Amino acid sequence: MSVDATTVRRIAHLARIAVEDAEVPALQGELNAILAFVEQLQEVNVDGVEPMTSVTPMEMKKRRDVVNDGEIADKVVANAPVTEDHFFLVPKVVE
Amino acid sequence: MTDLTSLTLAEARDGLAKKSFTSLDLTDAHLAAMEQARALNAYVLETPDQARKMARAADARIAKGESGPLNGLPLGIKDLFATEGTRTTACSRILGDFKPPYESTVTSQLWRDGAVMLGKLNNDEFAMGSSNETSCFGPVVNPWRRASSDAKLVPGGSSGGSASAVAASLCLGATATDTGGSIRQPAAFTGTVGIKPTYGRCSRWGIVAFASSLDQAGPIARTVRDAAILMRSMAGHDPKDTTSVDRPVPDYEAAVGKSVKGMKIGIPKEYRLDGMPAEIEKLWTQGADWLKAAGAELVEVSLPHTKYALPAYYIVAPAEASSNLARYDGVRYGARVDGRNIAEMYENTRAKGFGAEVRRRVMIGTYVLSAGYYDAYYLRAQKVRTLIKKDFEDCYAAGVDAILTPATPSAAFGIGEKTGADPIEMYLNDIFTVTVNMAGLPGIAVPAGKDAQGLPLGLQLIGRPFDEETLVSLGEVIEQAAGRFTPERWW
Repeated sequence: MSVDATTVRRIAHLARIAVEDAEVPALQGELNAILAFVEQLQEVNVDGVEPMTSVTPMEMKKRRDVVNDGEIADKVVANAPVTEDHFFLVPKVVE
Repeated sequence: MTDLTSLTLAEARDGLAKKSFTSLDLTDAHLAAMEQARALNAYVLETPDQARKMARAADARIAKGESGPLNGLPLGIKDLFATEGTRTTACSRILGDFKPPYESTVTSQLWRDGAVMLGKLNNDEFAMGSSNETSCFGPVVNPWRRASSDAKLVPGGSSGGSASAVAASLCLGATATDTGGSIRQPAAFTGTVGIKPTYGRCSRWGIVAFASSLDQAGPIARTVRDAAILMRSMAGHDPKDTTSVDRPVPDYEAAVGKSVKGMKIGIPKEYRLDGMPAEIEKLWTQGADWLKAAGAELVEVSLPHTKYALPAYYIVAPAEASSNLARYDGVRYGARVDGRNIAEMYENTRAKGFGAEVRRRVMIGTYVLSAGYYDAYYLRAQKVRTLIKKDFEDCYAAGVDAILTPATPSAAFGIGEKTGADPIEMYLNDIFTVTVNMAGLPGIAVPAGKDAQGLPLGLQLIGRPFDEETLVSLGEVIEQAAGRFTPERWW
């Protein structure tokens, strides 16, 4: 399988990465090189093989449903580029 | 006084215990060495004030007789580990001036045991790379050079800063992380020892995530013993990481010097690649001979799905990365680039913040997870991963204790040599290491010889799950036979 220029733009949009038109041909070439490389997986017989979900067999640990952290709003927003009163500010989403 | 930076971590520990010098002496010697080695670009942030403060506290503990296992020992920390109040960037522009309000579990355990932080070490952006050339702080330079050449070589990656700093004696040891070979490949390129522990052995909490089912923290050090000492402090159960395993942490150092007599060592025939350099082949045979001389039994084994590990990795790892890196949106941390609406703000922020390799992998990951392609790519890769793991399980079930392979297909290469239009050329560096991450197993890289141009080459040992101790014992046999490798100082 390989990707065309339209697909490259679609993937970039899905990944939320702005891509200039001039960058598309090079990206297309790189992505297709990787896709050509992984193509060899098609020759592996995977009939009846379970997909791996956990590399180390273990039971999913669950913590008790109690509050164990919090009251650190100052810390939570400390690194944000724009904040106001412990809120993250973003461009208007709903008109 | 001898140059304190030339000591091994174990020697420095013993010297502190005997009061031959103080932690402040040791720390100052390293800070001076770091200042003189800036041409290597190993550190992206030096923290001398904090280092001296931690060293003085360590000296006070010695005076009171309260020393922990790493008391007063200066270490470098890969910039992927969150350090409270100290800038942590994963060497990506997108994290900007991020100062974590928390400490990673692994580093907190190092400080618990008394270690001193010298600074943050360079790495490939988000640990994506095999040469440390994708860092937003620029490439790291390998302290090793080819005989009669001053061409700058890469230290490998992604833990290139860690490997370079350890090899150049800019710290006694360093933290590193390994997703596809990022501890073992740079260790092999710099003549240092690197351990990638079993998945789940070290907590991933507070480590910038790349591919969560593959990422694992481990040490890079100048000797097997030093790496074993660091392992004990880094490992352990952490309730904050549900994939961290709740089992006791052994005294890895006690495995140094333990007899390997009667151990069964597998030599996987699939690792004998077409066109493999004769030097690598020779090194591998030499390593097998050393283990045999120490009483181990060598057997040929088969890991039939080896060749599919790297292609499966380049589906699984980018898929997980595309999901993990979705959090970098310019809202909660990092540098924001404005747009006309929120979607454009996200797109502009991520276009400016991510480097070329990260963008490439996020896009591949997005593609293989997208509707219509998930089964063909991601699901198939996860099935192949099951088969890769089964190859190893069959081998261990047949009584094999560990597997010996080359660590890398070549010695260190030049900066800029493999950054052409085909990304696969760089990816092939991890051909011998990536299987270990896919199967969640422990691996160690130990320097074992030099190539014709005088560059270090490493061997890899792969162990059973949670049997890092056997790797330490076997690794030390190779170390004893091969000797230690120290670059000649030119910087």
